[in-house]
Amino acid sequence: MAQLVGIANEQASTPLSPSKSITLRISRFNPGHDESRKFMDFAVPYENWTTVLEAILEVKKHLDHSVAVRYSCRQATCGSCGMMINGRPRLACFTKISELDSDVVTVEPMNNFPIIRDLAVKFERLFETHQKIKPYIIREDTELESDEREFLQSPKEVEQYIQFANCIKCGLCNSACPTMATDSSFVGPQALAQAYRYVADSRDKGKDSRLKIIDDSHGIWRCHFAGSCSQVCPKGVDPAMGIQLLRGYLLGFKD
Amino acid sequence: MTRDENKEGIRGMANPGRYGIERVAYWLMRLSGLGLLAYFVAHIYETSNILRGKVGWDELLEMTQTMEGHILLTIVIAMCVFHTVNGIRVMLGHGGVGVGRPARPDYPYKSASQNYRHKIGIYSAILLAAVAMMYGLAVMFGE
Ligand code: SF4
Ligand code: FES
Repeated sequence: MAQLVGIANEQASTPLSPSKSITLRISRFNPGHDESRKFMDFAVPYENWTTVLEAILEVKKHLDHSVAVRYSCRQATCGSCGMMINGRPRLACFTKISELDSDVVTVEPMNNFPIIRDLAVKFERLFETHQKIKPYIIREDTELESDEREFLQSPKEVEQYIQFANCIKCGLCNSACPTMATDSSFVGPQALAQAYRYVADSRDKGKDSRLKIIDDSHGIWRCHFAGSCSQVCPKGVDPAMGIQLLRGYLLGFKD
Repeated sequence: MTRDENKEGIRGMANPGRYGIERVAYWLMRLSGLGLLAYFVAHIYETSNILRGKVGWDELLEMTQTMEGHILLTIVIAMCVFHTVNGIRVMLGHGGVGVGRPARPDYPYKSASQNYRHKIGIYSAILLAAVAMMYGLAVMFGE
Protein backbone atom coordinates (compact mmCIF):
# COMPACT_ATOMS: atom_id res chain seq x y z
CA MET A 1 0.00 0.00 0.00
CA ALA A 2 1.29 3.43 -0.86
CA GLN A 3 1.73 6.22 1.63
CA LEU A 4 -1.22 8.36 2.62
CA VAL A 5 -1.18 11.55 0.61
CA GLY A 6 -3.32 14.58 1.37
CA ILE A 7 -4.53 17.72 -0.33
CA ALA A 8 -3.22 20.96 1.14
CA ASN A 9 -6.23 23.14 1.85
CA GLU A 10 -5.00 26.11 -0.14
CA GLN A 11 -4.73 23.89 -3.23
CA ALA A 12 -8.32 22.71 -3.18
CA SER A 13 -10.79 24.23 -5.61
CA THR A 14 -13.50 24.95 -3.01
CA PRO A 15 -13.16 26.29 0.55
CA LEU A 16 -12.81 23.21 2.71
CA SER A 17 -13.44 22.69 6.36
CA PRO A 18 -10.20 21.22 7.71
CA SER A 19 -12.03 19.31 10.45
CA LYS A 20 -13.67 16.92 7.99
CA SER A 21 -11.56 14.61 5.94
CA ILE A 22 -11.71 10.97 4.91
CA THR A 23 -9.27 8.43 3.65
CA LEU A 24 -10.14 7.57 0.09
CA ARG A 25 -8.79 4.12 -0.79
CA ILE A 26 -8.59 3.72 -4.53
CA SER A 27 -8.05 0.35 -6.17
CA ARG A 28 -5.27 0.55 -8.75
CA PHE A 29 -4.89 -2.12 -11.41
CA ASN A 30 -3.75 -2.16 -14.99
CA PRO A 31 -4.44 -5.60 -16.53
CA GLY A 32 -1.70 -4.98 -19.08
CA HIS A 33 1.05 -4.51 -16.47
CA ASP A 34 0.03 -5.45 -12.96
CA GLU A 35 -0.14 -8.86 -11.37
CA SER A 36 -2.73 -7.90 -8.79
CA ARG A 37 -4.71 -4.99 -7.43
CA LYS A 38 -3.14 -2.47 -5.08
CA PHE A 39 -4.83 0.17 -2.99
CA MET A 40 -3.65 3.75 -2.71
CA ASP A 41 -4.81 5.91 0.17
CA PHE A 42 -5.48 9.63 -0.12
CA ALA A 43 -6.62 12.03 2.58
CA VAL A 44 -9.42 14.08 1.07
CA PRO A 45 -11.26 16.94 2.78
CA TYR A 46 -15.01 16.98 2.22
CA GLU A 47 -18.21 18.87 2.89
CA ASN A 48 -21.67 17.47 3.55
CA TRP A 49 -22.52 17.63 -0.12
CA THR A 50 -19.28 16.22 -1.55
CA THR A 51 -19.87 13.14 -3.67
CA VAL A 52 -17.47 10.22 -4.04
CA LEU A 53 -16.92 11.23 -7.65
CA GLU A 54 -15.92 14.74 -6.59
CA ALA A 55 -13.46 13.28 -4.08
CA ILE A 56 -11.92 11.09 -6.80
CA LEU A 57 -11.67 14.11 -9.10
CA GLU A 58 -9.95 16.09 -6.32
CA VAL A 59 -7.39 13.30 -6.10
CA LYS A 60 -6.93 13.38 -9.87
CA LYS A 61 -6.55 17.15 -9.85
CA HIS A 62 -4.15 17.54 -6.96
CA LEU A 63 -2.51 14.26 -6.06
CA ASP A 64 -2.45 11.65 -8.78
CA HIS A 65 -3.74 12.45 -12.24
CA SER A 66 -3.21 8.87 -13.41
CA VAL A 67 -6.25 7.45 -11.56
CA ALA A 68 -8.57 6.04 -14.26
CA VAL A 69 -12.26 6.76 -13.74
CA ARG A 70 -15.18 7.16 -16.14
CA TYR A 71 -17.87 9.78 -15.67
CA SER A 72 -19.81 12.27 -17.70
CA CYS A 73 -23.07 13.80 -16.47
CA ARG A 74 -22.32 13.95 -12.71
CA GLN A 75 -26.07 13.73 -12.07
CA ALA A 76 -27.04 10.04 -12.20
CA THR A 77 -28.16 10.22 -15.79
CA CYS A 78 -25.45 8.83 -18.07
CA GLY A 79 -24.74 5.63 -16.12
CA SER A 80 -20.95 5.92 -16.48
CA CYS A 81 -19.65 6.17 -12.94
CA GLY A 82 -20.74 2.88 -11.36
CA MET A 83 -18.18 1.39 -8.97
CA MET A 84 -17.94 -0.57 -5.74
CA ILE A 85 -18.10 1.95 -2.92
CA ASN A 86 -17.46 0.40 0.49
CA GLY A 87 -18.31 -3.02 -0.94
CA ARG A 88 -21.58 -2.15 -2.69
CA PRO A 89 -22.15 -1.13 -6.29
CA ARG A 90 -23.20 2.54 -6.43
CA LEU A 91 -22.98 5.56 -8.71
CA ALA A 92 -20.04 7.69 -7.54
CA CYS A 93 -21.80 10.90 -8.59
CA PHE A 94 -24.94 9.97 -6.66
CA THR A 95 -23.28 8.88 -3.42
CA LYS A 96 -22.37 11.51 -0.88
CA ILE A 97 -19.40 10.80 1.37
CA SER A 98 -21.41 12.00 4.37
CA GLU A 99 -24.09 9.34 3.80
CA LEU A 100 -21.53 6.51 3.95
CA ASP A 101 -20.87 7.20 7.62
CA SER A 102 -17.29 5.95 7.45
CA ASP A 103 -13.84 7.48 7.83
CA VAL A 104 -12.49 5.28 5.08
CA VAL A 105 -14.16 5.17 1.68
CA THR A 106 -12.92 2.33 -0.49
CA VAL A 107 -13.57 2.52 -4.21
CA GLU A 108 -13.05 -0.45 -6.51
CA PRO A 109 -14.10 -1.31 -10.07
CA MET A 110 -17.58 -2.81 -10.44
CA ASN A 111 -17.64 -6.57 -9.92
CA ASN A 112 -18.57 -8.82 -12.85
CA PHE A 113 -17.23 -6.34 -15.43
CA PRO A 114 -13.75 -6.71 -16.98
CA ILE A 115 -11.39 -3.97 -15.82
CA ILE A 116 -9.93 -1.50 -18.30
CA ARG A 117 -7.83 0.26 -15.65
CA ASP A 118 -8.35 1.21 -11.99
CA LEU A 119 -12.05 2.13 -11.67
CA ALA A 120 -13.00 2.01 -15.35
CA VAL A 121 -14.64 -1.20 -16.58
CA LYS A 122 -15.70 -2.57 -19.96
CA PHE A 123 -19.40 -2.32 -20.83
CA GLU A 124 -19.38 -4.34 -24.04
CA ARG A 125 -21.18 -7.36 -22.61
CA LEU A 126 -23.88 -5.26 -20.98
CA PHE A 127 -24.58 -3.51 -24.28
CA GLU A 128 -24.49 -6.85 -26.10
CA THR A 129 -27.11 -8.45 -23.85
CA HIS A 130 -29.16 -5.25 -23.93
CA GLN A 131 -29.18 -5.39 -27.73
CA LYS A 132 -29.92 -9.11 -27.70
CA ILE A 133 -33.39 -8.66 -26.19
CA LYS A 134 -34.36 -6.23 -29.01
CA PRO A 135 -34.79 -3.01 -27.03
CA TYR A 136 -37.21 -1.32 -29.41
CA ILE A 137 -40.89 -1.47 -30.34
CA ILE A 138 -41.54 -4.33 -32.72
CA ARG A 139 -44.57 -4.14 -35.02
CA GLU A 140 -45.37 -4.28 -38.70
CA ASP A 141 -46.91 -0.86 -39.18
CA THR A 142 -45.47 2.52 -38.29
CA GLU A 143 -47.01 5.64 -36.79
CA LEU A 144 -46.60 7.37 -40.14
CA GLU A 145 -48.85 4.86 -41.90
CA SER A 146 -51.51 4.63 -39.24
CA ASP A 147 -54.66 6.76 -39.53
CA GLU A 148 -54.36 7.94 -35.95
CA ARG A 149 -50.87 9.31 -36.74
CA GLU A 150 -49.53 8.07 -33.43
CA PHE A 151 -50.06 5.01 -31.27
CA LEU A 152 -51.98 6.36 -28.34
CA GLN A 153 -51.58 4.94 -24.84
CA SER A 154 -53.64 5.52 -21.74
CA PRO A 155 -51.85 6.65 -18.56
CA LYS A 156 -52.53 3.16 -17.19
CA GLU A 157 -50.80 1.54 -20.16
CA VAL A 158 -47.80 3.85 -19.72
CA GLU A 159 -47.55 2.90 -16.04
CA GLN A 160 -47.03 -0.73 -17.03
CA TYR A 161 -43.53 -0.03 -18.34
CA ILE A 162 -42.46 3.54 -17.51
CA GLN A 163 -40.42 2.63 -14.44
CA PHE A 164 -38.39 0.18 -16.49
CA ALA A 165 -37.76 2.88 -19.11
CA ASN A 166 -35.84 4.75 -16.38
CA CYS A 167 -32.87 2.42 -16.82
CA ILE A 168 -29.63 4.33 -17.47
CA LYS A 169 -27.56 1.19 -18.26
CA CYS A 170 -25.20 1.78 -15.38
CA GLY A 171 -24.74 -1.94 -14.75
CA LEU A 172 -25.01 -1.76 -10.95
CA CYS A 173 -27.69 -4.48 -11.02
CA ASN A 174 -25.46 -6.84 -13.01
CA SER A 175 -22.66 -6.15 -10.56
CA ALA A 176 -24.78 -7.04 -7.50
CA CYS A 177 -26.42 -10.12 -9.05
CA PRO A 178 -25.28 -13.42 -7.46
CA THR A 179 -25.84 -15.32 -10.70
CA MET A 180 -23.67 -12.91 -12.69
CA ALA A 181 -20.96 -13.52 -10.07
CA THR A 182 -20.40 -17.01 -11.41
CA ASP A 183 -22.05 -17.18 -14.84
CA SER A 184 -20.79 -14.63 -17.33
CA SER A 185 -23.12 -16.00 -20.01
CA PHE A 186 -26.20 -15.10 -17.96
CA VAL A 187 -28.23 -12.47 -19.77
CA GLY A 188 -28.43 -10.45 -16.52
CA PRO A 189 -31.00 -8.34 -14.68
CA GLN A 190 -30.44 -5.21 -16.78
CA ALA A 191 -31.36 -6.91 -20.07
CA LEU A 192 -34.17 -8.98 -18.54
CA ALA A 193 -35.78 -5.87 -17.03
CA GLN A 194 -35.57 -4.25 -20.46
CA ALA A 195 -37.17 -7.30 -22.06
CA TYR A 196 -40.09 -6.76 -19.68
CA ARG A 197 -40.14 -3.02 -20.46
CA TYR A 198 -40.92 -3.78 -24.13
CA VAL A 199 -43.15 -6.82 -23.55
CA ALA A 200 -45.32 -4.69 -21.22
CA ASP A 201 -45.58 -1.85 -23.73
CA SER A 202 -49.05 -1.93 -25.32
CA ARG A 203 -47.61 -0.70 -28.65
CA ASP A 204 -45.22 -3.64 -28.92
CA LYS A 205 -45.96 -6.88 -30.78
CA GLY A 206 -42.62 -8.63 -30.23
CA LYS A 207 -43.48 -10.53 -27.05
CA ASP A 208 -43.07 -14.01 -28.52
CA SER A 209 -39.71 -13.36 -30.11
CA ARG A 210 -38.36 -11.79 -26.91
CA LEU A 211 -39.64 -14.61 -24.71
CA LYS A 212 -37.91 -17.06 -27.03
CA ILE A 213 -34.59 -15.23 -26.57
CA ILE A 214 -34.72 -15.25 -22.79
CA ASP A 215 -36.11 -18.80 -22.48
CA ASP A 216 -32.56 -20.13 -22.63
CA SER A 217 -30.20 -22.09 -20.37
CA HIS A 218 -28.41 -18.84 -19.48
CA GLY A 219 -31.62 -16.84 -19.65
CA ILE A 220 -34.40 -15.96 -17.26
CA TRP A 221 -34.44 -19.30 -15.40
CA ARG A 222 -31.05 -18.49 -13.87
CA CYS A 223 -32.64 -15.70 -11.83
CA HIS A 224 -33.37 -16.93 -8.30
CA PHE A 225 -35.07 -13.77 -7.07
CA ALA A 226 -32.31 -12.73 -4.66
CA GLY A 227 -33.41 -9.12 -5.25
CA SER A 228 -29.92 -7.59 -4.96
CA CYS A 229 -30.36 -5.93 -8.38
CA SER A 230 -33.34 -3.95 -7.14
CA GLN A 231 -31.59 -2.98 -3.93
CA VAL A 232 -28.72 -1.27 -5.75
CA CYS A 233 -30.60 0.25 -8.71
CA PRO A 234 -30.20 4.04 -8.45
CA LYS A 235 -33.20 4.84 -10.67
CA GLY A 236 -36.01 2.83 -9.08
CA VAL A 237 -36.22 0.42 -12.00
CA ASP A 238 -36.72 -2.63 -9.74
CA PRO A 239 -35.35 -5.22 -12.19
CA ALA A 240 -36.32 -8.08 -9.83
CA MET A 241 -39.98 -7.14 -10.24
CA GLY A 242 -39.69 -6.91 -14.02
CA ILE A 243 -38.00 -10.31 -14.22
CA GLN A 244 -40.64 -12.06 -12.09
CA LEU A 245 -43.48 -10.45 -14.07
CA LEU A 246 -41.74 -11.50 -17.27
CA ARG A 247 -41.41 -15.05 -15.99
CA GLY A 248 -45.14 -14.92 -15.28
CA TYR A 249 -45.69 -14.88 -19.07
CA LEU A 250 -43.50 -17.96 -19.57
CA LEU A 251 -45.16 -19.85 -16.71
CA GLY A 252 -48.62 -19.02 -17.99
CA PHE A 253 -49.59 -16.73 -15.07
CA LYS A 254 -50.02 -13.88 -17.56
CA ASP A 255 -50.88 -13.61 -21.23
CA MET B 1 -11.96 -14.04 -9.20
CA THR B 2 -11.20 -14.66 -12.83
CA ARG B 3 -8.62 -11.98 -13.45
CA ASP B 4 -9.81 -10.99 -16.91
CA GLU B 5 -13.51 -11.00 -16.21
CA ASN B 6 -13.37 -9.56 -12.70
CA LYS B 7 -16.21 -11.88 -11.71
CA GLU B 8 -17.03 -11.94 -8.04
CA GLY B 9 -17.04 -15.75 -8.10
CA ILE B 10 -18.49 -18.18 -5.60
CA ARG B 11 -17.27 -16.12 -2.66
CA GLY B 12 -19.26 -13.13 -3.86
CA MET B 13 -22.29 -15.24 -4.70
CA ALA B 14 -22.25 -16.90 -1.30
CA ASN B 15 -21.59 -13.72 0.70
CA PRO B 16 -24.89 -13.31 2.55
CA GLY B 17 -24.24 -9.78 3.81
CA ARG B 18 -24.50 -6.46 1.95
CA TYR B 19 -27.89 -6.92 0.28
CA GLY B 20 -30.41 -7.50 3.05
CA ILE B 21 -32.44 -10.47 4.21
CA GLU B 22 -33.44 -11.41 0.64
CA ARG B 23 -29.81 -12.24 -0.16
CA VAL B 24 -29.53 -14.20 3.09
CA ALA B 25 -32.61 -16.18 2.04
CA TYR B 26 -31.05 -16.79 -1.37
CA TRP B 27 -27.89 -18.10 0.27
CA LEU B 28 -29.77 -20.32 2.76
CA MET B 29 -31.91 -21.66 -0.08
CA ARG B 30 -28.84 -22.70 -2.07
CA LEU B 31 -27.11 -24.13 0.95
CA SER B 32 -30.15 -26.10 2.12
CA GLY B 33 -30.73 -27.31 -1.46
CA LEU B 34 -27.20 -28.69 -1.66
CA GLY B 35 -27.49 -30.15 1.84
CA LEU B 36 -30.75 -31.91 1.00
CA LEU B 37 -29.26 -33.26 -2.22
CA ALA B 38 -26.33 -34.68 -0.23
CA TYR B 39 -28.77 -36.15 2.29
CA PHE B 40 -30.85 -37.67 -0.51
CA VAL B 41 -27.79 -39.45 -1.94
CA ALA B 42 -26.73 -40.59 1.55
CA HIS B 43 -30.28 -41.74 2.25
CA ILE B 44 -30.31 -43.92 -0.88
CA TYR B 45 -27.00 -45.41 0.22
CA GLU B 46 -28.36 -45.92 3.73
CA THR B 47 -31.55 -47.70 2.67
CA SER B 48 -29.65 -49.82 0.14
CA ASN B 49 -27.94 -51.45 3.14
CA ILE B 50 -31.02 -53.57 3.55
CA LEU B 51 -29.45 -55.72 0.85
CA ARG B 52 -26.84 -56.72 3.47
CA GLY B 53 -29.60 -58.27 5.52
CA LYS B 54 -30.77 -57.53 9.06
CA VAL B 55 -27.26 -57.25 10.51
CA GLY B 56 -26.13 -54.69 7.97
CA TRP B 57 -29.34 -52.72 8.40
CA ASP B 58 -29.09 -52.66 12.21
CA GLU B 59 -25.43 -51.60 12.03
CA LEU B 60 -26.35 -48.63 9.93
CA LEU B 61 -29.32 -47.63 12.06
CA GLU B 62 -27.00 -47.57 15.06
CA MET B 63 -25.02 -44.83 13.37
CA THR B 64 -28.08 -42.58 13.33
CA GLN B 65 -28.57 -43.15 17.06
CA THR B 66 -25.31 -41.45 17.95
CA MET B 67 -24.94 -37.85 19.07
CA GLU B 68 -23.51 -36.88 15.64
CA GLY B 69 -26.34 -38.73 13.89
CA HIS B 70 -28.94 -36.83 15.91
CA ILE B 71 -27.32 -33.46 15.19
CA LEU B 72 -27.15 -34.30 11.51
CA LEU B 73 -30.82 -35.26 11.40
CA THR B 74 -31.76 -32.06 13.23
CA ILE B 75 -29.94 -30.03 10.58
CA VAL B 76 -31.74 -32.04 7.88
CA ILE B 77 -35.10 -31.18 9.48
CA ALA B 78 -34.21 -27.47 9.53
CA MET B 79 -33.04 -27.55 5.91
CA CYS B 80 -36.16 -29.38 4.83
CA VAL B 81 -38.55 -26.93 6.51
CA PHE B 82 -36.69 -23.82 5.37
CA HIS B 83 -36.37 -25.08 1.79
CA THR B 84 -40.07 -25.93 1.60
CA VAL B 85 -41.46 -22.73 3.11
CA ASN B 86 -39.04 -20.41 1.35
CA GLY B 87 -39.48 -22.45 -1.83
CA ILE B 88 -43.22 -21.71 -1.82
CA ARG B 89 -42.44 -17.98 -1.39
CA VAL B 90 -39.91 -18.04 -4.23
CA MET B 91 -42.21 -20.03 -6.54
CA LEU B 92 -45.03 -17.53 -6.00
CA GLY B 93 -42.58 -14.68 -6.61
CA HIS B 94 -41.35 -16.35 -9.80
CA GLY B 95 -44.89 -16.32 -11.11
CA GLY B 96 -45.10 -12.59 -10.36
CA VAL B 97 -47.24 -13.07 -7.23
CA GLY B 98 -46.64 -10.57 -4.43
CA VAL B 99 -43.84 -8.70 -6.23
CA GLY B 100 -45.76 -5.42 -6.46
CA ARG B 101 -47.16 -3.52 -9.42
CA PRO B 102 -45.25 -1.33 -11.85
CA ALA B 103 -45.72 2.38 -11.11
CA ARG B 104 -44.02 5.70 -11.74
CA PRO B 105 -40.97 5.59 -9.48
CA ASP B 106 -40.49 8.46 -7.05
CA TYR B 107 -37.30 9.32 -5.23
CA PRO B 108 -36.02 7.75 -2.93
CA TYR B 109 -37.10 4.77 -5.00
CA LYS B 110 -38.24 1.98 -2.73
CA SER B 111 -38.28 -1.28 -4.69
CA ALA B 112 -41.80 -2.71 -4.61
CA SER B 113 -40.51 -6.25 -5.13
CA GLN B 114 -38.50 -6.10 -1.89
CA ASN B 115 -41.69 -5.75 0.12
CA TYR B 116 -42.85 -6.77 3.58
CA ARG B 117 -44.84 -9.76 2.27
CA HIS B 118 -41.67 -11.43 1.05
CA LYS B 119 -39.75 -10.37 4.14
CA ILE B 120 -42.46 -11.96 6.33
CA GLY B 121 -42.21 -15.09 4.17
CA ILE B 122 -38.44 -15.26 4.72
CA TYR B 123 -38.62 -14.67 8.47
CA SER B 124 -41.43 -17.25 8.75
CA ALA B 125 -39.31 -19.82 6.91
CA ILE B 126 -36.39 -19.17 9.28
CA LEU B 127 -38.65 -19.27 12.34
CA LEU B 128 -40.44 -22.45 11.32
CA ALA B 129 -37.11 -24.13 10.56
CA ALA B 130 -35.86 -23.16 14.03
CA VAL B 131 -39.04 -24.47 15.71
CA ALA B 132 -38.88 -27.74 13.76
CA MET B 133 -35.23 -28.07 14.68
CA MET B 134 -35.97 -27.60 18.37
CA TYR B 135 -38.81 -30.10 18.19
CA GLY B 136 -36.43 -32.57 16.51
CA LEU B 137 -33.83 -31.99 19.22
CA ALA B 138 -36.44 -32.50 21.94
CA VAL B 139 -37.62 -35.78 20.38
CA MET B 140 -34.17 -37.19 19.73
CA PHE B 141 -32.37 -36.08 22.87
CA GLY B 142 -35.37 -36.10 25.17
CA GLU B 143 -35.65 -39.89 25.39
S1 SF4 C 1 -31.79 -1.53 -14.00
FE1 SF4 C 1 -31.07 0.07 -12.57
S2 SF4 C 1 -29.08 -0.72 -11.87
FE2 SF4 C 1 -29.61 -1.89 -13.69
S3 SF4 C 1 -28.58 -0.83 -15.37
FE3 SF4 C 1 -30.68 -0.02 -15.25
S4 SF4 C 1 -30.52 1.78 -13.92
FE4 SF4 C 1 -28.63 0.60 -13.62
S1 FES D 1 -21.44 10.59 -14.02
FE1 FES D 1 -23.26 10.13 -15.12
S2 FES D 1 -24.23 8.70 -13.83
FE2 FES D 1 -22.55 9.35 -12.63
